[in-house]
Amino acid sequence: MVDVFNALTVLGNFLIIPGLTYGSQLALGALGVTLVYGVLRFSNFAHGETMAFGAMITILVTWGLQAASISIQPLPTALLAIPVGIVVTVVLTLLIDRFVYRYHRDRKANPVIFLIVSIGVMFFMGGLIRFIIGPGDQIFFDGTRFILKAREFKQMTGLDEGLSLRMTQAVTIITAIIIVAAMFWFLNHTRTGKSMRAYSDNENLALLSGINPDRVVMITWILVAALATIAGTLYGLDKSFKPFVYMQLLLPIFASAIVGGVGNPLGAIAGGYVIAFSELILTFAYKKIILYLGPETLELDSLVQILGTDYKIAVSFIILVIVLIIKPTGLFSGKTI
Amino acid sequence: MHAFYSQYRNQILFGLMAGLLILVAVIQSPSVALTILNLCLISAIMSLGVNIQWGYAGLFNVGVMGFAALGGLAGVLVSMPPVSEAWQAGGFGILLGLLITAGTVVACLMAWSSIKHLTRYRYWIIAGIIVLGYTLLRLFFDPGVDAIEAIDPSVTGYLGGLGLPILVAWPVGALFAAGVAFVIGKIALGLRSDYLAIATLGISEIIIFFIKNEEWLTRGVKNVNGLPRPVPYEIDLQQAQWFQEWALALGLPVDDASAIFVKICYALLFIAVIGVLLWLSETALKSPWGRMMRAIRDNETAAAAMGKDVTWQHLRVFILGSAVIGLAGAMLTTLDGQFTPVGYNPLRFTFLIWVMVIIGGSGNNWGAVLGGFFIWFFWIEAEPIGLWLIETLTAGMDPQSAVRAHLLEGAAHMRLMTVGLILLLTLRYAPEGLIPEKKRL
Repeated sequence: MVDVFNALTVLGNFLIIPGLTYGSQLALGALGVTLVYGVLRFSNFAHGETMAFGAMITILVTWGLQAASISIQPLPTALLAIPVGIVVTVVLTLLIDRFVYRYHRDRKANPVIFLIVSIGVMFFMGGLIRFIIGPGDQIFFDGTRFILKAREFKQMTGLDEGLSLRMTQAVTIITAIIIVAAMFWFLNHTRTGKSMRAYSDNENLALLSGINPDRVVMITWILVAALATIAGTLYGLDKSFKPFVYMQLLLPIFASAIVGGVGNPLGAIAGGYVIAFSELILTFAYKKIILYLGPETLELDSLVQILGTDYKIAVSFIILVIVLIIKPTGLFSGKTI
Repeated sequence: MHAFYSQYRNQILFGLMAGLLILVAVIQSPSVALTILNLCLISAIMSLGVNIQWGYAGLFNVGVMGFAALGGLAGVLVSMPPVSEAWQAGGFGILLGLLITAGTVVACLMAWSSIKHLTRYRYWIIAGIIVLGYTLLRLFFDPGVDAIEAIDPSVTGYLGGLGLPILVAWPVGALFAAGVAFVIGKIALGLRSDYLAIATLGISEIIIFFIKNEEWLTRGVKNVNGLPRPVPYEIDLQQAQWFQEWALALGLPVDDASAIFVKICYALLFIAVIGVLLWLSETALKSPWGRMMRAIRDNETAAAAMGKDVTWQHLRVFILGSAVIGLAGAMLTTLDGQFTPVGYNPLRFTFLIWVMVIIGGSGNNWGAVLGGFFIWFFWIEAEPIGLWLIETLTAGMDPQSAVRAHLLEGAAHMRLMTVGLILLLTLRYAPEGLIPEKKRL
């Protein structure tokens, strides 16, 4: 029986907790992509850079707070800086919408043109970020590192395997739950949220009922910027902040949004966890689990991995491609915002 | 003035481009100018390839990087000498593994078509075959891979190539890219344009992952250096009697003269390729086939109603364009003399090429070439220009000031911002690009 608990602990420590954390980060990112797709009707290639920009502003403010020795121990100071990051990112996205996207929207441009425009925005924001903070790694985490240490867990339970919970993991998962709940409440129970859903569902009918399209677009960008900043900061806290990594994150995020069904917020969240867990499950080394659960005499030389760890990120692309081919509308198709 | 411009637009723009390169030759050095020219030529070929897909047929392929890398891989596999110890150690395992992979694919395809009526279980059966094939593959493949990678890992640790002249790699690179494009096209071309974009982006990343991680084939992140050259080596030239005399006659130091000579040789080769490609593409555009492609691009439904096979034509043009990109990828590896998988990133190899096509003028071959030249030139020269600009602007500031130091450091990233800005401005004020597509009646 102890073996079963040991095996479960290994799973929890190396698969479930990291999966929930990474999945939450992807889900928040995919929610932003899905909102842009649902309301503005294009795939936003600049979303990764928007996340990086929000995270960058948050980092700069965090440094300022740290210099002024303001902190909220044991939580990381960055949480205090996020609101400023959100405000600045909202201003930037609204400016970009005003001077870039609005022109093409008024001309009812093809979605592909919007996509190319968003590539231009991606370049511009990428340059801006690297110009301000540089291309290097930035670590801005402070506060208590662990909520639960592996050693403490071993002492508590008497098991051979340890379970640890890092502060960033707990913060990420809890924040994601709060944000997602707030988001659904907003979309389903407020007047503005309902007008957004109506606009996404049938643009002409919404216009006919007196919904102001400019306002819907503005609210969408505000939400997208806020989600991107939060997702970007959480990812940066958990791993580290590096501008190039956020561009690489774009594909898993698109994969999450598409797997769940683009334009569907619930799908985006489910997709985030599906992608995160499939990456981990396919590259997880099952050696320890098998040793605990298998017969006593079993001996293993290999790590018992389905795919090498190097292929971790490739898994999300493979899932993406498979979903696009088999069911391009996603798992939760048929329902938009 | 305006009439004059529109009549001689191509000559003026290409003249301007030549002028810029000459300016670099004078200000920096002829060697720098030739390096830029060579990469401009390769970029131009890549953007020709993208233009074939986007400009002729409206296919949005964001997997340029993958096809270019496949071309580069061809350079390694064709030109490097074979490593016979590695073949002896693990060749059998690898060949068996490839056979198993091929067998699995064939089994999947056969199962797919023969069990069409079992719609509910079809995916499960296919998944079962794949799992079985994959387990078998790992069983035979892994020992072979380990054996190969163990042989002198710091120098080889891979199978090597065929030891043929590297020029052979150019058409082979095109073939590699075409083969993969066929598979991708078969499965992804039915998708909507923005899904096609995301799918191709994903597939190109998978190709790069494969190349980075399958060290038995590509040496992965350890890179392959010292690829053979199609042109003479500088060191041989410097020792040759005739070359020393030639350099003396020109009044150049022998070192500089040999570097320039080699670069000119490359440039001539590349110009020959681009000339042939341009001639072929222009002929194709003017032919009935080109007319049909434009018809499909502008109105798929109408073209299908006229009895044109839209899917087949899309697949064909996708393969053609990808082959051109693969060719350019092989040429790039040849010019570099090395294959560096980590060097492939989507910003430089996919999105930048797209910017070239859009700014040059989608649908116009000359536009794609000009865009390739212009944007590559700018991509390289933005750094010195930005540095100079910031130095001049901040000249009044204290040399020790932190702001100035930060600005100077950031100058290198100006090019991303400027390229983005150029793209956005083009899309807004000149959506047809520098050389718009010819209006045909």
